[in-house]
Amino acid sequence: MGQGSMAQAASPSVAVNYNMDVVRWAALATVFWGVVGFLVGDVIAWQLAFPALNFDNEFLNFGRLRPLHTSAVIFAFGGNALLATSFYVVQRTCRAPLYGGTALPAFVFWGYQLFIVMAAIGYVTGTTQGREYAEPEWFVDIWLTIVWVCYLAMFVGTLLKRQEPHIYVANWFYLAFIVTIAMLHLGNNLAIPVSLTGAKSYSMFSGVQDALTQWWYGHNAVGFFLTAGFLGMMYYFIPKRAERPVYSYRLSIIHFWALIFLYIWAGPHHLHYTALPDWAQTLGMTFSIMLWMPSWGGMINGLMTLSGAWDKLRTDPVLRFMVAAVGFYGMSTFEGPVMSIKAVNGLSHYTDWTIGHVHSGALGWVAFVSFGAIYFLIPVLWNRERLYSMRLVSHHFWLATIGIVLYITSMWVSGIMQGLMWRAYDELGFLQYSFIETVEAMHPYYIIRATGGLLFVLGSLLMVWNVYKTIKGDLRNEAPIGTPATVAAE
Amino acid sequence: MLLKKHHIVEKNVFVLILGIFLTIIIGGIVEIVPLFTMEQTIEKVQGVRPYSPLEQAGRNIYIREGCYNCHSQQIRPFRDEVERYGHYSLAAESMYDHPFQWGSKRTGPDLARVGGKYSNAWHVAHMVDPRAVVPESIMPGYPFLAERKLNFDDAQAHLETLRMVGVPYTDEMIEAAKADLYLQASEDAAYDDDFLARYPNAATGDFDGNPEKLTEMDALIAYLQVLGRMVDFTTYNPQMNLR
Repeated sequence: MGQGSMAQAASPSVAVNYNMDVVRWAALATVFWGVVGFLVGDVIAWQLAFPALNFDNEFLNFGRLRPLHTSAVIFAFGGNALLATSFYVVQRTCRAPLYGGTALPAFVFWGYQLFIVMAAIGYVTGTTQGREYAEPEWFVDIWLTIVWVCYLAMFVGTLLKRQEPHIYVANWFYLAFIVTIAMLHLGNNLAIPVSLTGAKSYSMFSGVQDALTQWWYGHNAVGFFLTAGFLGMMYYFIPKRAERPVYSYRLSIIHFWALIFLYIWAGPHHLHYTALPDWAQTLGMTFSIMLWMPSWGGMINGLMTLSGAWDKLRTDPVLRFMVAAVGFYGMSTFEGPVMSIKAVNGLSHYTDWTIGHVHSGALGWVAFVSFGAIYFLIPVLWNRERLYSMRLVSHHFWLATIGIVLYITSMWVSGIMQGLMWRAYDELGFLQYSFIETVEAMHPYYIIRATGGLLFVLGSLLMVWNVYKTIKGDLRNEAPIGTPATVAAE
Repeated sequence: MLLKKHHIVEKNVFVLILGIFLTIIIGGIVEIVPLFTMEQTIEKVQGVRPYSPLEQAGRNIYIREGCYNCHSQQIRPFRDEVERYGHYSLAAESMYDHPFQWGSKRTGPDLARVGGKYSNAWHVAHMVDPRAVVPESIMPGYPFLAERKLNFDDAQAHLETLRMVGVPYTDEMIEAAKADLYLQASEDAAYDDDFLARYPNAATGDFDGNPEKLTEMDALIAYLQVLGRMVDFTTYNPQMNLR
């Protein structure tokens, strides 16, 4: 049972010369790319409400900015959060500095930033493979492969140098994330360039095979990039912040292996009722439903870690971010299996319901657990006594939470409504609505969604300010949260 | 019990990596590999052909502009979809699509069978200013496509690459690639039996209303006009292809 206490055992050790520079860079990059990604997301949300905002300009239209948004939040914000926390956690739980001296980790960090910039330029200029979440062209993919191999070598090298007998559970998840993303990236980007001096390439696969390869990749970008890696974060930062051991060691073993085994199968649920053969659709649906169990195993392990420390939610908004994240994780990993059921998917697919579902996971789970980790890390990395302001963290939490609620509820309504309108018949047996009538009906919900997104962006700007002041060394004079806030103390 | 042995995995990095790799590889192998080996994955139908150079150029513009972010090309076998868009999509219809463009969202309508539904002039007006023809539309405008000269003079290299990944372009098609590119957008194409034999059912003529210049708009509309037009459904028997 020594697992749970290891997070605590790995308190700052004087003997080890940790490499914290690269963690600091990645933490700042997380905050920077986060704001960029949220902002672009909100811009395209307003474009859907008011199409004039596309300005009929090729570099600003929705079709090019949408991949910029998805990649900025997934790979730039999420990716840097994973780099920062994995760099930190693997060192602390192994009591060993990062493998590869200062050069290898620095190459991984800067090489990854170069990948992000190359990808972003590609999106805006229309250099794209046209595969969702795998848009970068072949030369960018090759560069990412090099960086990723170095990342794997650095991570494994650090594990090999560890002073602890056991590999801590958070590192299992980080390792699964790194290994699986390598496999998916290579499998889904097999393409032949038209010329070695040009950007354009053609996928090796076509049609139905290409579709399943893409969604094998796409769904497991969710499963391993946005889930496994962030579960690694959960397994370190929640026990650490709550000062409690992980609830169940056995549960962590079972849900780890079950999660990574089942996730891979779930891709075909993105292709229900398409030209993909039925057997593959059914297999994808079955495994997606089974996936509910290990997902909730992880949620239970995260939430129950707070046993005996629930009162901290009242006084510690950083922990509140992390725990709310696990709550959102539980919600969206319940919603996902429901939506993978073919009868439900027949209604939800192609609608905003899917968009809402993704954002309950991406904003509620991924972003919240990252915010929690960032707020935890910043004072530690810069040796500050505490964050500049805990009350600002609390304001960030509530702004972001209200934003998410507006986002996902408006998308539920618009998605289900549009799905029902598409299949509505009048009493004479004709389709009741033309397509454009269903578009028109979305307008108010697109405004609500964009407003929710705006609140989320504003919350992240509070984080920027708080991080900046903390690094600068300022402390806001404020009463601790949970004490009666007298007027004078504010 | 297996859980008691887990310490072996936890203490050996390479055992852990191997365990992870074996665990994650299975699902993909079972689901994806049979799609390449089972013959009934793709129906036997008449009419599906490689894209003409102009259509392929238009398809690349479709991808470049991210049209797939809002338009699907995959009609599901539901009563309402078949009535709204036409016959449900067959696997064979995208067998030469590198990459596939089935999409995942219908912010705009499905385009799998948009070919022939609207005139070229409608497409031009719609692309230049969507709200001029559909006031409630939320689509971005693409006026720049009508102005920009099509840059696809390396059509031959594109077709050769596509042949490498499995599209059955003949030597004749590759030889004539660049000529066909310009021919299709001219009035002569409709009378060119060789061209029509290479690319049956291709829409021909000046697409963008500007015969002086071959533009990106010409290419995109040539592509849109062939979508869903290749298979002759009067001879298609779904019972033959139950999967």
